[in-house]
Amino acid sequence: MTLELKNVTKKFGSFLAVDNLSISIPEKEMFGFLGGNGAGKTTTFRMILGILDNTEGEISWNNKRIDYSTSPFIGYLPEERGLYPKLKVKDQLVYLARLRGMDKKQALSELEYWLERFHVPEYLDKKVEELSKGNQQKIQFISAVLHKPKLLILDEPFSGLDPVNVELLKEAVIDLKKAGTTIVFSSHRMEHVEEMCEHLCIMHKGRPVVHGSLKEIKKSFGKKNITIHADFDLSYLIKHPGVVKLKQMTEGVSLQIEGEEFAEQILKNVVGKGFVRKFALEEPSLHDIFIEKVGGSFE
Amino acid sequence: MVLLSNFWIILFHTYISKLKTKSFIITTAITIALIVALANLTSIIDVFDKDENTKVAVVDQSDELFAPLEKITASSNKKLELKLFDGSEEEGKQLVKDGEYEGLLVLASNKEKLPEAHYYSMNIADSSVSADLLANIQMIKSSLAAAQLNLTSEQLTKLNEPVSFQSTALEENAKTAEELDQARGLVYVLLFLIYFAVIMYANMIAMEVATEKSSRVMEILISSVSPIKHMFAKILGVGLLSLTQLVLLLGVGYYFLTNNKNLGSMEGFLGFGDVPISTIIYAAVFFILGYFLYATLAAFLGSLVSRIEDVQQMITPMTLLVVAGFMIAMFGLGAPDNKFVAATSYIPFFTPMLMFMRVGMLNLPLWEPIVGIMILAASIAILAVFGARIYKGGVLMYGKSNSYKDIKKALQLTKKD
Repeated sequence: MTLELKNVTKKFGSFLAVDNLSISIPEKEMFGFLGGNGAGKTTTFRMILGILDNTEGEISWNNKRIDYSTSPFIGYLPEERGLYPKLKVKDQLVYLARLRGMDKKQALSELEYWLERFHVPEYLDKKVEELSKGNQQKIQFISAVLHKPKLLILDEPFSGLDPVNVELLKEAVIDLKKAGTTIVFSSHRMEHVEEMCEHLCIMHKGRPVVHGSLKEIKKSFGKKNITIHADFDLSYLIKHPGVVKLKQMTEGVSLQIEGEEFAEQILKNVVGKGFVRKFALEEPSLHDIFIEKVGGSFE
Repeated sequence: MVLLSNFWIILFHTYISKLKTKSFIITTAITIALIVALANLTSIIDVFDKDENTKVAVVDQSDELFAPLEKITASSNKKLELKLFDGSEEEGKQLVKDGEYEGLLVLASNKEKLPEAHYYSMNIADSSVSADLLANIQMIKSSLAAAQLNLTSEQLTKLNEPVSFQSTALEENAKTAEELDQARGLVYVLLFLIYFAVIMYANMIAMEVATEKSSRVMEILISSVSPIKHMFAKILGVGLLSLTQLVLLLGVGYYFLTNNKNLGSMEGFLGFGDVPISTIIYAAVFFILGYFLYATLAAFLGSLVSRIEDVQQMITPMTLLVVAGFMIAMFGLGAPDNKFVAATSYIPFFTPMLMFMRVGMLNLPLWEPIVGIMILAASIAILAVFGARIYKGGVLMYGKSNSYKDIKKALQLTKKD
């Protein structure tokens, strides 16, 4: 059940939306797409779903083309949330689940389970337009997972939710992954991807700039971070060999260095200048990698 | 299997959710109430009219005209009651103002001893009383004039006898005048039906598509079902709804037409007496084809707008097409063999109304309606293929602009290059 994208390219007229994207997502994996606005994430998802035709390349799932015969196995949460405002939650979710091949009775009992899980069982007979935006998102999420898809595509699933609901949804996503669902999701929140995905792809202007497993990406990035908390001024460290960046923090500084080998020299340099409360060598964050690869244009 | 059933799920979901809407129930109920009221119009008018006779005061200055007028009026207008009034004209007018009498008629003889009359009433909008009086006085005048000329009553009858005038069509199988009148009534009703149905239901489809698009539920729908299938399921779902409504309305209408004794004459007027079965079949065929043509057009126009507010603007040209077709058809009812009407009946957007009008009114050779049906079917197929591509691109397109330029953009979205 591997999802394969081979040299996928999409052009809108002369505009290149996705350029030569090749990725492979193994079964039961959680795969993250990162990128700013207009990076090509949504276009990629739409091609995977078959809503848009790719200009070049191949997309296959389980060695088959994805078309409408596979739609019962795929769940989709679009970036632009969309439900019928005038229909009751029950009516429309059962309708959407039936379109994905689910039996009416089964859909209803699944729906009850999910509403219970999200602590909103009373929404069953409410119209969507009566719900708050955050609660509409819960309903939208349920509509993507109700028919128990094997491949779940979530486009910005956590945007616009309060922290409590983000946790609620995250938990649900992780549980689905544990149950064997292959999940592809996009976000521009690094911490979500860092926390949940084994594999990821950073896209910029339609091109995949970084792609691979989280560990490997961090390893191959080479650069490390050092956090130092001290009582004296540390800003002179910017001139120290191997230091790429220095950021002043309230309690000290955060450094980015060329490689682990420079850490020891810096430690030696700092020690003796005063009291050092903290010295920590850290893995680079996804955020650092993203900024490095995509450039300062983001956020 | 999943693919086939999806079509039906959308079709019935559209049908049932539309059937349950308040607006649908209310429009249907109001229309049925109107039909019932219309069918019982004569009885309803009777209820209001039964209470009292219309009383008219008559001042007879000639002293000899009242008696014959009263006699004629009593025999021809049962509801009109004439009362000889002894007072002056002014007193009579005052009584009219007080509401005692409907009007005051002043009769006099002129120099030639022929009657003259002046009618006073609160308003002259209700012309039926004065018209009845005029007709009756005219009769008295005729007989008086005849008496002066020493004409016998036979001679008078001869004078008043209408000319015998008959028209007969020489073409074989041509419709007789009577048949034409019958056909005109029926075609008129059916044309209205086609016109309203096309405007109403095409509108409904465009709204339906635009609602799904503007609420962005469309993206989920077309990731489950192909846009083409979605479009046709929608069109058929609304089509089924239109049939439900029509069957209801026609059923109620038919029940009252056949069960109301007062309507014997109206039935004849509308041509329901003995309709040729072919006309009914043509009506059904052209209705269905016309519906599909405009529904397909409406669906793809609806897929181009991003906001519901823009739907009306987008489908205005389509509505104008329907109106134009209807206008030409109305003109054609009076002159069905007009060359212009014949030519325009081959333009696909006009065919449903015009070809049907012609086939109902004239004796067309069989190939004409068949060519019309074929042109319609071909246009529907072309529009469906083209429309489906626009639909597929259009439903993914969001933005401020909603012009016909978007058609090109939508086509580009679905292109593979």
